[in-house]
Amino acid sequence: RMKYLTRRRAKRVYEWRGKPLSFNRKLKTYEYGSLVISMEGVPGTMVIQPGQHILIEGEDDDNPYVARVLQLFGDGESLEQKKALVQWFVRLSEVPYSKRTLLGRDPHPKEIFFYQGPSCENEVDAESILRAVKHVDNAAPFPDSDMEETLYVKLSWDSRRFSVLDSAQLQNVDERCPPLTRTKPSLPPSPARSLRSLPTPDPEVIRRAATAEVRFSSSASAGKAASVEVESLHSATKLSASKCLSAKRRKMTSRTPGVRKKLNLSSPEKSKEDFLSQLLDEELNSEVKLAHRLSSSSSSSLPLSSALTCSLTPLRSARKNSAAETASRLKLAPADCESSPNLPVGATPRSSKRKSAMKVSSRIRKQLNLLNSQFDPDSDGDDEDEFVPSKKELQSSSEEEEEDHHSDREEEAGFDSDEEVVRKRRRASAAAPQTPRSRQKPRPTTRTPRKTPSRKAPPSTPRTPRHATPSIPNRLLPTRQPANVLEEARIRLHVSAVPESLPCREQEFQDIYSFVESKILDGTGGCMYISGVPGTGKTATVHEVMRCLQHAADVDEISPFHFIEINGMKMTDPHQAYVQILQKLTGQKATADHAAALLEKRFSNPAPRKETTVLLVDELDLLWTRKQNVMYNLFDWPSRRHARLVVLAIANTMDLPERIMINRVASRLGLTRMSFQPYTFKQLQQIITSRLNKVKAFEEDALQLVSRKVAALSGDARRCLDICRRATEICEHSAADPSAAGLVAMSHVMEALNEMFSSAYITAIKCASLQEQLFLRAVIAEFRRLGLEEATFQQVLVQHQALCRVEGLQPIGVSESLAVCQRLGACRLLLLEPSRLGVLQRVRLNVSQDDVLYALKAD
Amino acid sequence: MSKRKGKISHQPLGECITQVQRILRERYCQQKLAKGLDGVGAQHKHLEELLRRTAVYGESNSVLIVGPRGAGKSSLLRSVLQELLEEKEVQENLLQVHLNGLLQTDDRIALKEITRQLHLENVVGEKVFGSFAENLAFLLEALKKGDRTSSRPVLFVLDEFDLFAHHKNQTLLYNLFDVSQSTQAPVAVVGLTCRLDVLELLEKRVKSRFSHRQIHLLSGLTFSQYLDRVRAQLSLSDDFCDSRFAQEWNASVKNLIEDKSVQDVLQRHFDCSKDFRSLHVLLMLCLSRVTLAKPTIKASDLLDASRLCLADCKTNMLHGLSIVELCLIIAMKHLNDVYEGEPFNLQMVHNEFKKFLQRKSNSMYNFSPPVIVKGFEHLQQLELVRPVDGSPKTQREYQMMRLMVDRSQIMEALQKYPQCPTDIKQWALSAFA
Repeated sequence: RMKYLTRRRAKRVYEWRGKPLSFNRKLKTYEYGSLVISMEGVPGTMVIQPGQHILIEGEDDDNPYVARVLQLFGDGESLEQKKALVQWFVRLSEVPYSKRTLLGRDPHPKEIFFYQGPSCENEVDAESILRAVKHVDNAAPFPDSDMEETLYVKLSWDSRRFSVLDSAQLQNVDERCPPLTRTKPSLPPSPARSLRSLPTPDPEVIRRAATAEVRFSSSASAGKAASVEVESLHSATKLSASKCLSAKRRKMTSRTPGVRKKLNLSSPEKSKEDFLSQLLDEELNSEVKLAHRLSSSSSSSLPLSSALTCSLTPLRSARKNSAAETASRLKLAPADCESSPNLPVGATPRSSKRKSAMKVSSRIRKQLNLLNSQFDPDSDGDDEDEFVPSKKELQSSSEEEEEDHHSDREEEAGFDSDEEVVRKRRRASAAAPQTPRSRQKPRPTTRTPRKTPSRKAPPSTPRTPRHATPSIPNRLLPTRQPANVLEEARIRLHVSAVPESLPCREQEFQDIYSFVESKILDGTGGCMYISGVPGTGKTATVHEVMRCLQHAADVDEISPFHFIEINGMKMTDPHQAYVQILQKLTGQKATADHAAALLEKRFSNPAPRKETTVLLVDELDLLWTRKQNVMYNLFDWPSRRHARLVVLAIANTMDLPERIMINRVASRLGLTRMSFQPYTFKQLQQIITSRLNKVKAFEEDALQLVSRKVAALSGDARRCLDICRRATEICEHSAADPSAAGLVAMSHVMEALNEMFSSAYITAIKCASLQEQLFLRAVIAEFRRLGLEEATFQQVLVQHQALCRVEGLQPIGVSESLAVCQRLGACRLLLLEPSRLGVLQRVRLNVSQDDVLYALKAD
Repeated sequence: MSKRKGKISHQPLGECITQVQRILRERYCQQKLAKGLDGVGAQHKHLEELLRRTAVYGESNSVLIVGPRGAGKSSLLRSVLQELLEEKEVQENLLQVHLNGLLQTDDRIALKEITRQLHLENVVGEKVFGSFAENLAFLLEALKKGDRTSSRPVLFVLDEFDLFAHHKNQTLLYNLFDVSQSTQAPVAVVGLTCRLDVLELLEKRVKSRFSHRQIHLLSGLTFSQYLDRVRAQLSLSDDFCDSRFAQEWNASVKNLIEDKSVQDVLQRHFDCSKDFRSLHVLLMLCLSRVTLAKPTIKASDLLDASRLCLADCKTNMLHGLSIVELCLIIAMKHLNDVYEGEPFNLQMVHNEFKKFLQRKSNSMYNFSPPVIVKGFEHLQQLELVRPVDGSPKTQREYQMMRLMVDRSQIMEALQKYPQCPTDIKQWALSAFA
């Protein structure tokens, strides 16, 4: 982490290398062959060329974007705008949280996916390039993650599903970019060699591998072959743990003493190259063998010609073949490998082949390390001694020595097309200066492997156990099915029942739909404010819109989008909004402040393949804070250029923006507003009818009464449904035999309405005890005497005692009267001051005097 | 047969009385339900139907049980639950969460309690009891996961419902009601409250989500029904260990209720309040007088208990005052009479007292000022006087005070004050000092 941070902070200078390759008159762009990045304070430069995989600065420091350069070009006359055309790859963390499960397995921490999705701006600012990165297609099984700077591609992601990488797709991309030279060779092939001695020639695999070779496609074997390979390789390795060793030994002996001596003396790299050349020879042998069905004896004559062909073919495709080649090599008979040592060492320097092979072998070695470590400590130690230093060269290259390697690579690229002689000479000359460097390295190298796992362990491990999901336990006995019409109607009328459609909100639906759809299509952002009293279908309509849009996205009418929802009432603090948004967007957990920072970055930084996010903010008014920064951010993000965020804010009051928002917030919210009017009685009637959906449970009049009553009161559809539901219950009870209950009639609805809307005060007064009634009377008498609507208890007490005398009751004590007063206060028939004021507390009526008198008179 | 059984199960008197005490105490302290709540049949049926539908059909509901204190709200709910839980279909499905507004004073505590009662805390170990926000998210997630047909229904009982409405933003209520109105785990939210205006406390969107079902427990009890209830509360059931003792006990209770003086006492209590709880207090006092020597409740017991119940607390407190303090109280009373309840300070009271002393020219009550101050402070500690709200903090002698005792209480206390000097009595009675 620190490394990236410091990297990013260091100022980078981007320069073109060399002259423009071509000029595009229409676009007025110059195409370049490579870009040089140098960093302030760090010696050396990096060279970026088309075909390379690069890291691009993104919102996440730890996981920059990955892409592959297709083209580098400068824009305009000034050439100041450096641009790059890229093919994107995504990390799993960039895949929408909800869709990650589609992968169906745990991702490798270094796994990336070929991005085939839509809405992908593939032109990036070259200045956002961080550096090049190594990348492996179709890494059959994922190796140990100790190769820190290598990323693996197996599948592609088209924003809907993961699929096996399509070779044609890659090829299309490849056609557009010039051949690529790979980094300098360094990996010793010894484990690979030992693998080669596996005595299992599988004709099927060989055939497939051969076809793959012929096609020169990177991913030919990706899906089907890869898995087979993994299996066979795995089992084979197990079988031949000891054989590996013996094969190695055999090889060593078969080598000429002189060569061995030379190996020991020269730099590790040199020795590696020797191994490599051997390996390559075998490879070629197998190739030839497959192609021509010749015996291994012909091997000596062929290498040269095949070397030529190899150097002519685009290097990259050769590299891509590596997986397939490995497969074939693995399956080849030991006879093959035994024949190869006869070849002259270093006689066939086919750099392209060598590099790809090296890459493959490094991978294999890693696997073997893993496998062998269990039963073959010797070879393990061997590996350590031999390979770690070399590997370090490869890895550390990406760090301080990047520049050197780039230049190396370039040189190599040049040599590739040159004659062997030149190349040989170069190597000879390079050997001397390289040796000291590699000797200096060991200290950093030995540190690297130790560091790497510790850095990777924390993020990967704790994830799994924490995902325990809370849930209400399942019921032991199943739910009963509705037995009669009324029960059926009751279930349909429950507010929670999801209706087939939302009647009476067609216009609002249309408006919201087109608003969101247009934003998704344009790839822009925006805000919409939706207001309306509770129970007018705001949230339901938005959900319905989202369902429809999701459907549209599923059938490819619009590009996919991400819908998340927060509710001001469902959080404890307005700032929790950030946490919830982040959690729903990426699955990350963070504190409010950190989440705000991450979201800010996410919405303000360009991320070309970002999907549009639709954010529903329910109960917006609860996100109010004194500084209003939560609201401000919510409405500011959509206006950012790269945010692609659509915010739908819902609240109850129409004038919320004017009332509680400060100007800069209200201004950002904009004027796209919609207000949901309370339902009219006709609409309510239609809602109930559509919900009942031909279940005949209500009389027509009864429905009309409900809807008229509710429309007059609030226009709240929830109320309407609740009343209807209660009415069915009353209807059921009123009938002697529940199964024979008829339709819900007016009387039932009236009863339900009374139950829900009639105030209980009058009944409560009627049911109160005698002293309580007297006290109420005394309160009114005292109010009349004072001409005020308020009196102290002491004043009322005098009246109360007088009334007791009039009624011929025993005189009431102060404590008793106070208790009566408190009881009335608890029911809120009276409003009282805190009771510790005793006789001094002031008394008010919570009901009108008329109501009290009416209730008392009727008694 | 019952006679024979009674003979078999004859117990010594002491044992019987212990049993009576135990049974009736359990009844009065609401440990055990008295059988059959009369007069609330309709409410009982409504609630039972509602909860059964939640348990059996997984239908979400919300309901408020409203009634004055002591009207039997909790008893109603408990008896309904008791009946329902006898059914296997309910017992095996229903989860219960009981909250009380006086215990769960804010949403954070309430959420923890819900998590605990639902036994969800084991799911993620101690993680649940992290922050408030996590708790809420956790619980909502849990409820959201469920659906009508597969999850166990949860019954939320919110006692003192009105206090939950005072929680910040009414988050808990909103979420509970929201769950009850959406396709999530089936819940039944039952609120118990004595406030008739409880709906006005709910915020409009919380209110919209509440189903507006209210069960009112307002009993129009008549006096004869009240007497029946008293008898039912005192009577022993047939399955008492000693049937002969039970018969005798029940007969004595019947006699007691028919006594005229007892009926007068009960009438007075009935006039005052109809609720169970004040009746229970009265009967408990009677019950505690039942001993081996006097194995029945006599009318005199009830009269004494009633007197104890109706005794005025402030009057009793005045009995314990010293003469100085009493004199100060009387002086305050006169000040109140003269200035019509306007507040006074110590200096004024002292002057009033001095006037009385001058008139009497009796050195007997000639107390030094520190004694007066001390007496005044004591009165303030007893909250017989209290400083006027918002009065500026001044010297003690000049701080404005109000008397917290009514003049009738003072007069009553003077009547019963042991060895009250007559001149003080006369001073108290005199209209103007």
